[in-house]
Amino acid sequence: MLTQRLLLSDRGGMIVLGLIALTAVVVPILNLAVPAGSAFHVSTYTVTLLGKFLCYALLALSVDLIWGYAGILSLGHGAFFALGGYAMGMYLMRQIGDRGQYGNPELPDFMVFLNWDALPWYWQGFDMFWFAILMVLLVPAVLALVFGWLAFRSRVTGVYFAIITQALTYALMLAFFRNEMGFGGNNGLTDFKDILGFPITASSTRVTLFFMSAVMLILAYLACRYIVTSRMGRVIVSIRDAESRTRFCGYKVESYKLWLFVFSSILAGIAGALYVPQVGIINPGEFSPLNSIELVVWVATGGRGTLFGAIVGAFAVNYGKTIFTSWSPEAWLFVLGSLFVLVTLVLPKGLVGLVGRFKRNNNTPTDTPALKPAEETH
Amino acid sequence: MSNLQWLLKHLLRICLLASLANMTMAQLDAASSESTSATSSEFENLVREIPQGSLPKRAQTIKALAATHDERVTPIIEALQQGNLYADRQDPPLVAISASSGKFIDALTGEAIAMDNTEQLKRVPINNTMRNQLRTLLASININHAQADIRHRAVRQVINDGIDETTIELIKARQLTEPNSQVRKTLAIAIALYNVESDDPQTRLDAIALFNGSLEPEVRRTLSTIANQDENKAVRTKAQQTLKAIDDRIATYRIGENIFFGLSLGSVLLLSAIGLAITFGVMGVINMAHGELMMIGAYTTWVVQQIFPNQITYSLLIAVPAAFVVAGLVGIAIERGVIRFLYGRPLETLLATFGISLILQQAARSIFSPLNRAVSLPDWMSGSMEINPVFSITYNRLYILIFGLAVFFILMMILKKTTLGLKVRAVSQNRAMARAVGVRANWVDALTFGLGSGIAGIAGVALSQLTNVGPNLGQAYIIDSFMVVVFGGVGNLWGTLVGAMGLGIINKFLEPYAGAVLAKVLVLVLLILFIQKKPKGLFPQKGRAAAD
Repeated sequence: MLTQRLLLSDRGGMIVLGLIALTAVVVPILNLAVPAGSAFHVSTYTVTLLGKFLCYALLALSVDLIWGYAGILSLGHGAFFALGGYAMGMYLMRQIGDRGQYGNPELPDFMVFLNWDALPWYWQGFDMFWFAILMVLLVPAVLALVFGWLAFRSRVTGVYFAIITQALTYALMLAFFRNEMGFGGNNGLTDFKDILGFPITASSTRVTLFFMSAVMLILAYLACRYIVTSRMGRVIVSIRDAESRTRFCGYKVESYKLWLFVFSSILAGIAGALYVPQVGIINPGEFSPLNSIELVVWVATGGRGTLFGAIVGAFAVNYGKTIFTSWSPEAWLFVLGSLFVLVTLVLPKGLVGLVGRFKRNNNTPTDTPALKPAEETH
Repeated sequence: MSNLQWLLKHLLRICLLASLANMTMAQLDAASSESTSATSSEFENLVREIPQGSLPKRAQTIKALAATHDERVTPIIEALQQGNLYADRQDPPLVAISASSGKFIDALTGEAIAMDNTEQLKRVPINNTMRNQLRTLLASININHAQADIRHRAVRQVINDGIDETTIELIKARQLTEPNSQVRKTLAIAIALYNVESDDPQTRLDAIALFNGSLEPEVRRTLSTIANQDENKAVRTKAQQTLKAIDDRIATYRIGENIFFGLSLGSVLLLSAIGLAITFGVMGVINMAHGELMMIGAYTTWVVQQIFPNQITYSLLIAVPAAFVVAGLVGIAIERGVIRFLYGRPLETLLATFGISLILQQAARSIFSPLNRAVSLPDWMSGSMEINPVFSITYNRLYILIFGLAVFFILMMILKKTTLGLKVRAVSQNRAMARAVGVRANWVDALTFGLGSGIAGIAGVALSQLTNVGPNLGQAYIIDSFMVVVFGGVGNLWGTLVGAMGLGIINKFLEPYAGAVLAKVLVLVLLILFIQKKPKGLFPQKGRAAAD
């Protein structure tokens, strides 16, 4: 029953999940078991890159859940991602111990540099992995809960919500840039040594992290799929299409929105926590409004309102970014900018919609229920 | 007949009078030119004598020189005092003042000296005694100068340099004849500053009474020393009271200063937000490329200055319309090319215009290099107006404040009084109805968007006078300007005005307590909380047009 609901009725999702599962098994084997000289060997660099993409895909999934299904456009989702990343980064910082440049067993290097005597209270407990994981889930969730409660309660919707979330991540970026905040200021947290006792740069650790990311992505996908196919998911879609009408039908629109927003922020936090040990750094740049808006474009490119579309979009855009930035860094912003314009003008349903249109032209045209424009306020 | 006679008589009389007047004038002219030529040659001789002879002789020469009351004396004495007076060993010697940038000016004629003649020049040496004498001399010349502001500055200079027996005599003498009340007040403070050093406690008390409300830094310094160290208790208490009164006054001016800086920041926000208020508020279009349109305006200013490098003074007069046109055209192109396909889909518009902003930013980086460009300030924009010793207003901020308000009211007039404004309001309230009565809605959309973009360009011109021009110029302001529009209420220009000024002032008042960055964060948090109370901003739109 549940498989039917989650997977069988979702062909695109099945294909995408199958590919992810395949990569999650094949890539580690090709990296660890195949010797470095072989043509089939996958370098650790590629593994890390793919792991990064998986985290981005998870992040895109979290945005698609609220934007594609509830019509809530958040331009500050990068903030939850970065907060999850910082929580993980703090754990990794504490693991350095006395191997830092100043050799202080208790304080991270930047605190010694700032002449601090003791750990601030909010750094307590981050030497324990379980506590850090708890914070990875809790910090974004609490922020989303408070912020979402304030915003949805006063019926801030549409572009207002977008702008306010952008301001939120902007404010957090400014705050985290300050040295006095105690998060390493401009440089952020870096120079990590190991995670749970395993050296962080070793191939085996990277492969494990990659595998973990793939598993998390699949689990998150199934969870999202469960939500959108549930009764709650139907209500959420109806909120997107006609918010006032749903409210008049007696549903508590605010609570639905709020819980979805909190769930989505937790997913983003997990993505950040998996991302940081793989790239080895977290700094306030992750809070920049540009990052958050860029990830909205991943979703738009892939096709919003279909969960697998977000994953496809995240991979496609980031792969393009990797290619272009190595070829000509200047060209990338032109490409990204044009992508924003083209996707909104020509491909409102993204790559997934393009494939769908293709198929429909080949088969007999059947009109699938079109996505209505999600906004009713302007 | 009698009429004619009368006329002739009068004509004759006028002729006579005129010729008489002419004669006296000529005589007077001759006499005056004689007298100036006499003193002028004496002046020239004295100037040429300065480099010659021993130091005591030099002191004598200078005293005589000052007695000639020639206009050219002051710069020579100033130069000598600062070691900028040079002479060579010819007879008669060439006496020169070294000006900035290594040039020399003839002390007698005031003309620049050719470079190859300057090699023989040697500095005219002076010693400490002479330096003091020169200072007193300068003070005596300037304290008795014909212009009140020069006198005022001279008295303040004396106060800062410290008052001694000779200068106090000068000041006391001047106080008897001084016509200007402000200068008289400063003179009185100078005398009090001298008297406060006296041995008699009563004199000291009287002197302190005169300090009340004075904002001279020297007064404050003296008072705080007295408040702590004077042996007489009454004098100490009095000094403490006066000091407190002065500090209170300074605090008041600090508030004034904060308000001014807040208004100045507010005017920048206003300039960047009113363009948005039109596109967002009136048209319902989110234009994320607004900051980049400001950047285009700023670069236009820079380009105009590159084209006319010798006309910096007037370049802004060309730059403002040029920026309006360039940014306006880019805006119309954006509207025709992208936005018109996205009306009624604000989130898509937001994304598309964000893409445009990335493209424009990268274009600026490719065309003008990623480095910042410095736009030069015209003379009339630089410098500051000193209202009192603790409060001064920089001209560029003042002019931008005035400019911002002017743009605001002009825009207000355009929307309220012109046909275009009427059509814009009609389309924004009810597009279908407006079209039905014959308004070409597409055309109005393009023009409105062009207007908003053009104003963004003008804002860019103003910004270029405050900061460097770079590809990221617009990004720094875009979120703030959206905040202004949201705070003030969408679709209401007055709201934008109040919102911009309010946010500017709140920012500047928070800054001393929280630091610039934290102040910004606090403002954002406050704004998020504010929207809880008033989701539609300070001035929400009312009526049917406001309904979703």
